Amino acid sequence: MIVATFQAENPSVGAAPQARGQRRRKAGIFSPIPRKHYALTAGIALVVLLAVWWAASAFKLVNPLFLPGPGEVWKSFRLWTSDNTLWLDTRDSVTRIMLGFLVSSLVAVPVGILMGTYKRTEAAIEPIVGFIRYMPAVAFIPLTLIWFGTTETQKIVILFIGVFFQEVLLVMDNVKTVPKQFVEMAYTLGLRQPAVLWRVVVRYSLPGIVDTLRICMGWAWTYLVVAELVGAQTGLGFRIQTAQRYLDTPLILAGIIWIGILGLAFDYGFKLIYVKAFPYMKRGR
Amino acid sequence: MSDLLAIDQVWKSFPRRKAEDLLVLKDVSLTLAEGEFVSLLGASGCGKSTLLRIVAGLEQETAGEIRLDGAQVVGPGRDRGMVFQQYTLFPWLTAQGNVEFALDDVPRGQRAEIAREYLNVVGLLKFADNFPNELSGGMQQRVAIARALALRPRILLMDEPFGALDAQTRGLMQELLLSIWERDRLSVLFVTHDVEEALILSDRVCVLGASPGHVREIVDVPIPRPRVYELRDSAEFVKLKQHVHGLIHDEAVKATGLAGVLARGGY
Ligand SMILES: Nc1ncnc2c1ncn2[C@@H]1O[C@H](COP(=O)(O)OP(=O)(O)O)[C@@H](O)[C@H]1O
Ligand SMILES: [Mg+2]
Repeated sequence: MIVATFQAENPSVGAAPQARGQRRRKAGIFSPIPRKHYALTAGIALVVLLAVWWAASAFKLVNPLFLPGPGEVWKSFRLWTSDNTLWLDTRDSVTRIMLGFLVSSLVAVPVGILMGTYKRTEAAIEPIVGFIRYMPAVAFIPLTLIWFGTTETQKIVILFIGVFFQEVLLVMDNVKTVPKQFVEMAYTLGLRQPAVLWRVVVRYSLPGIVDTLRICMGWAWTYLVVAELVGAQTGLGFRIQTAQRYLDTPLILAGIIWIGILGLAFDYGFKLIYVKAFPYMKRGR
Repeated sequence: MSDLLAIDQVWKSFPRRKAEDLLVLKDVSLTLAEGEFVSLLGASGCGKSTLLRIVAGLEQETAGEIRLDGAQVVGPGRDRGMVFQQYTLFPWLTAQGNVEFALDDVPRGQRAEIAREYLNVVGLLKFADNFPNELSGGMQQRVAIARALALRPRILLMDEPFGALDAQTRGLMQELLLSIWERDRLSVLFVTHDVEEALILSDRVCVLGASPGHVREIVDVPIPRPRVYELRDSAEFVKLKQHVHGLIHDEAVKATGLAGVLARGGY
């Protein structure tokens, strides 16, 4: 009887009939747009940018030595792919980034979780990390060279320095967003402290942490050139610096754009993981 | 008759920075018998939540003692099922997953079936696979009640569980809670600031006065059960309501420091 009353409150499933002649509201703050419109707008913006670039070089608005046209850059890129060096450069750079990112994350995620959970851990680590993170990674190159020589380790250490100190603070902040009431609820459901930490605190912050990983992967890419500044024989950053020595601006641009594309691909990968792993994060009603 | 729950001369004060401790509860005593439905009623800020949280073991009393089945309460536990006012369903779990969370003591293979039974009790079986953000506030609270019931607790502790709901939904939720209570003979300690809600649901209403929170009066509600909606208009109910309103009003005037102002203007 009661149950029947309650079913009445439950919305039934199915689409509402469309109103005809619906007045369209003007695009407003935060108002959503169809996916297709979004893609179309993005595509148009990209085409406009390319057109401006092309026009700037085609009509000699800027010195082609400073800014070669899209055609030049494409030619340079094809040349780069032709003898397999692009593949080798990409492989080595991606390996370095993955290793730097992995080592950094393997430390930053657990440490950040503990810092966000336990004030004493935060007190012990946060001031030091907060201090180091303002030191530029480039400035560590001489030191890392003395410590590790011109090895792969040295490059990974530079990437680590560039990423870790930001990452660990972001993870800490992710964990701090866990509402206190969830922790209390877990306790009243009979969980002990380790279970509360694992099954509620960590689980609640997981989407935020994955988003942090995505952002940090992006930073790792921006530190690539710094990591390959000294003592590299391959790599995208190394290739760009070599090109600079020969004033090969088309190759420089090709390298920059290729790094951008790869970075974007990784970013997209993380977004895919996020959507697949956390279906409940999409907006409900 | 031995009591299920005994709140025995409980005091609570919170330390404050650069100020004297804030005394929130002053010598509060209350007992609850097995199968009884008791409300804590009082103006907001009078310490209802604090008292309930002490019973739940989430807060430590400054003096006094809480006993459940004669044993002192020293921390949170599965023998007390809690429902908060804020929505506390875990967002990464479906309605069913949330109820299963309370079934750690049940063999894994049986959890799904039992969870669905409890969802059925609150009329939400059809929504077992929905995530909390796909459910309305009222539905979320029903799942939270199902989760608390699934613990098979000795007592249900509810802190203004319907406070955030609209009047219609709140009325239905009260009926639902009563039907479950009457069927399972639960013991419930229920916090509310709503006089009518307290009277409709409870066997006894513990009216708390403010600053610091203290027991003003424990009012018996001798209205027969099952209580139907129309009861709210009966002479007996209206009289009780007026009496309790009077108590609350006095306390609210004292607590807000409006006594002087109201005396000047009159009503
Ligand atoms: N953790 C706390 N620290 C300090 N003061 C608190 C804390 N919790 C509650 N209080 C204070 O205790 C008083 C009673 O609060 P509460 O129990 O939430 O009242 P109610 O639930 O009746 O509205 C309020 O003045 C509140 O500010
Ligand atoms: Mg309260």
